[in-house]
Amino acid sequence: MHFSRWKTIAIFVVVALAALFSLPNVLTPDQQRALAPYGIRPMTLGLDLQGGVNVLLEVDRKDMTAQLQQQLASDVRSVLRDAKIGYGGIQRVGTGVTVKITKPEDFERAKTSLSGLLQPLQGNLLTGGATVNLYALTEEQGSFTFAVRDDGLNTRIGSAIRQSLTIFAKRINGLGTTEPVIQQQGTDRIVIQYPGLKDTKQLLDIISGTGKLSFQIVCEDQPTAANQNPPQDCVGYPNKDDFDRLLAEKKAANSAAAPTEDEIRKLPQMWVQTGTRATVDGADLTDAQPSFDQNNRPVVTFRFNQKGAVRFGKLTAENVNKPFAIVLDGVVQSAPVINEPILGGSGQISGNFTVEETGNLSIILRSGALPARFVVAEERTVGPSLGTESVKAGFIACMVGLVGVMIFMFIPYGFLGLVANIALLSNLLMLVALMSFFGFTLTLPGIAGILLTLGMAVDSNVLIYERIREEWKNGRSAMSAIDVGFKSALGTVLDANITTLIAAVVLFGIGSGPIRGFAVTLAIGIFTTMFTAFTLTRLVVALWVHYRRPKEINL
Amino acid sequence: MRWKPIRFVPDGTKLPFMRWSRFGFFLSGILCALSIWLFATQGLNYGIDFKGGTVVTIRTPAPADIDGLRSQLGALGLGDVEIQEYGSPNDVLIRLEAQAGGEEAERAAVAKVKETLGTTVEYRSVEVVGPKVSGELTEEAILAVVVSIFGVLAYLWFRFEWQFALGGVISLLHDTLLSIGLFSLIGLEFNLTIIAAILTIIGYSLNDTVVIFDRIREFLRKYKAMPLASLLDFSLNSVLPRTLLTSVCTLISLFSLYIFGGEVIRGFTFAMIWGVFVGTYSSIFVAAPVLILLGTKRDWTTDSASRQAADARP
Repeated sequence: MHFSRWKTIAIFVVVALAALFSLPNVLTPDQQRALAPYGIRPMTLGLDLQGGVNVLLEVDRKDMTAQLQQQLASDVRSVLRDAKIGYGGIQRVGTGVTVKITKPEDFERAKTSLSGLLQPLQGNLLTGGATVNLYALTEEQGSFTFAVRDDGLNTRIGSAIRQSLTIFAKRINGLGTTEPVIQQQGTDRIVIQYPGLKDTKQLLDIISGTGKLSFQIVCEDQPTAANQNPPQDCVGYPNKDDFDRLLAEKKAANSAAAPTEDEIRKLPQMWVQTGTRATVDGADLTDAQPSFDQNNRPVVTFRFNQKGAVRFGKLTAENVNKPFAIVLDGVVQSAPVINEPILGGSGQISGNFTVEETGNLSIILRSGALPARFVVAEERTVGPSLGTESVKAGFIACMVGLVGVMIFMFIPYGFLGLVANIALLSNLLMLVALMSFFGFTLTLPGIAGILLTLGMAVDSNVLIYERIREEWKNGRSAMSAIDVGFKSALGTVLDANITTLIAAVVLFGIGSGPIRGFAVTLAIGIFTTMFTAFTLTRLVVALWVHYRRPKEINL
Repeated sequence: MRWKPIRFVPDGTKLPFMRWSRFGFFLSGILCALSIWLFATQGLNYGIDFKGGTVVTIRTPAPADIDGLRSQLGALGLGDVEIQEYGSPNDVLIRLEAQAGGEEAERAAVAKVKETLGTTVEYRSVEVVGPKVSGELTEEAILAVVVSIFGVLAYLWFRFEWQFALGGVISLLHDTLLSIGLFSLIGLEFNLTIIAAILTIIGYSLNDTVVIFDRIREFLRKYKAMPLASLLDFSLNSVLPRTLLTSVCTLISLFSLYIFGGEVIRGFTFAMIWGVFVGTYSSIFVAAPVLILLGTKRDWTTDSASRQAADARP
């Protein structure tokens, strides 16, 4: 039971440090700020305690495949046309396209040209760093078939996710000052956590728009009925008013019979040329701002960079007096007539916008287009008042639990019960200090973990005291009973705690946000419990034995 | 004035646990069968984590008219709408079933509910879980329980004998089964946090079991001639004060959380409170008696000398 001087000091220093580092949690925000530069800061609260939004976005694989297929069809067409190879129609098959070459003598030439479309992608960790083609090309009886390769698509999704992370960050920074968390999760998901937001609508509007903007000349032929196929070189898009109206109707109906968004898109209201277009995304814009036009309607004004300005100028100069469609994410926003070439490099997007919409659209355009469409796979929002109440309730529960446990330790153990209570308090301080120092997030289940630790931490003291008592009853002297009691109980303490640790580790492995918080507090609680049992409790008892030399054990 | 300690459990109890355990086995058998039956017939009340769907909690300025809300929101055509009071008369929980149109339809449904309720209510929380995520969460939850049971099996096997490991795991399965039975019976919303509670129950129950096993192993070395049943009784009686005191302390904290911790965490705490009862019961009446059924080696002298030295027991 002997503790060397430096060991004694070390143990007290640890407890003092624990007290210091858990201090900010009970200070005012001003005092907290003053201490923050020294690394002494309060616990990070999880979204369930702070209030905020947690959104899980997933790359829309189906949409991505469909986009690739469309792109592929037009690429194949232009490649064969450039090479002057005759072909008999391009068909979409499965996830890819098939093209039939008319003349057998062109076959080899076609093969060479089409091979250029395979799109080798730089590999990543998943593919072992090897280069992967996005498409697989097979030939059969005079025709070629492109198919999207699974590993290629995964690589593509991987890079789309990486690009999107920055784009989301740019967009969300436009919302306010709070620091959001934007992280990749798994292979095709992004999790966004935004603390302190009251309404999720704006956040979702900003992150769900892809932001693909293009200016396309309107075709001369226009559909006369729904579901007509556009002529060659034209593609059909719904216009904003119809699209919004149909979408709203669909939402109102909200039944399985209502058309899906994709079906609504296939009721094109306007055909635009695929050949003559200027695609614009954030990379081509130097700025986009919400504004008003001469009629005081909300519009978005934008400014091109050099390259974009030249392209846009050329497009408008060649098509004066023709209407051109402003297409955003596959929907025609408006189709003004080009009165004169627009050479200044700036322009405006008009449409039937609300002020809120132009604000969001500007943020989206400034950040650039997302390389893929995302769907919201999971969304959890906690209001700030609920979070605050949870913190308060959790604090009260902890205090009541603490006092209750302390009383129940004092009743059977008296003085040694007080020692156990000192250990319990230090345990709590250390737990809070470690959480604060390492910036672990405290969640509501985490508070439950703290309470569970309170209950279970005294277990080690109970084990030790019961053992001491037994040894004493078995006829040992007080000193020897204490000595043996500690030594033999510690093995049991270790065993008992490791089993709980197994559960905590599994919980951490599978859990998401709040549950992880629970696992973290539980695991840290186990470590602090073991630390106090092996050091502090022993030290205090040793000091007591040293100074009081008890002849009997009052347990 | 000196405090004279008061023992909760008198010294030298000689409770015949093993005799009672026949009844205990019988009771546990019936309860397990009942749990399976309840699970099969009633099933668990799966929350949106596993089923997908939407949960919105609101606070109304005046005590909420639950029936009015039910008919109002029921008329929106969003499928099954469940409405219940949530902790206080002003707090309401609204649960929408998973919508047919996937993730976008879920969002639209929330928008519609908000439109109907207007701006006078305070939106306390909104949770939307899409079909794909909920499927994955179910898989992960099942995996977690299986992994932790195997982890425990391996640990106990390593530390003790296989009979102990099996006894521990049987009592774990018993605890898990009874928990699931109770949740089916009372229709407690079964979500991811309840899985966390079950895993914690597993940890707690095991903690208890390990302490008892530790003592049994010690006595097996010490009293080589004592019949197994008496030895188990003796072991259980000697750790009884600890078993009860630790359970009481854990229950004090958990009840404190149950009463003061707020509505959000109540289901989770309830599950853990139940787990402490079941876990304490099972380590005495299930884990230990299994050793009699399976038998255990009596000659522990061959045990490695180093381990005995480490334990340093007289």
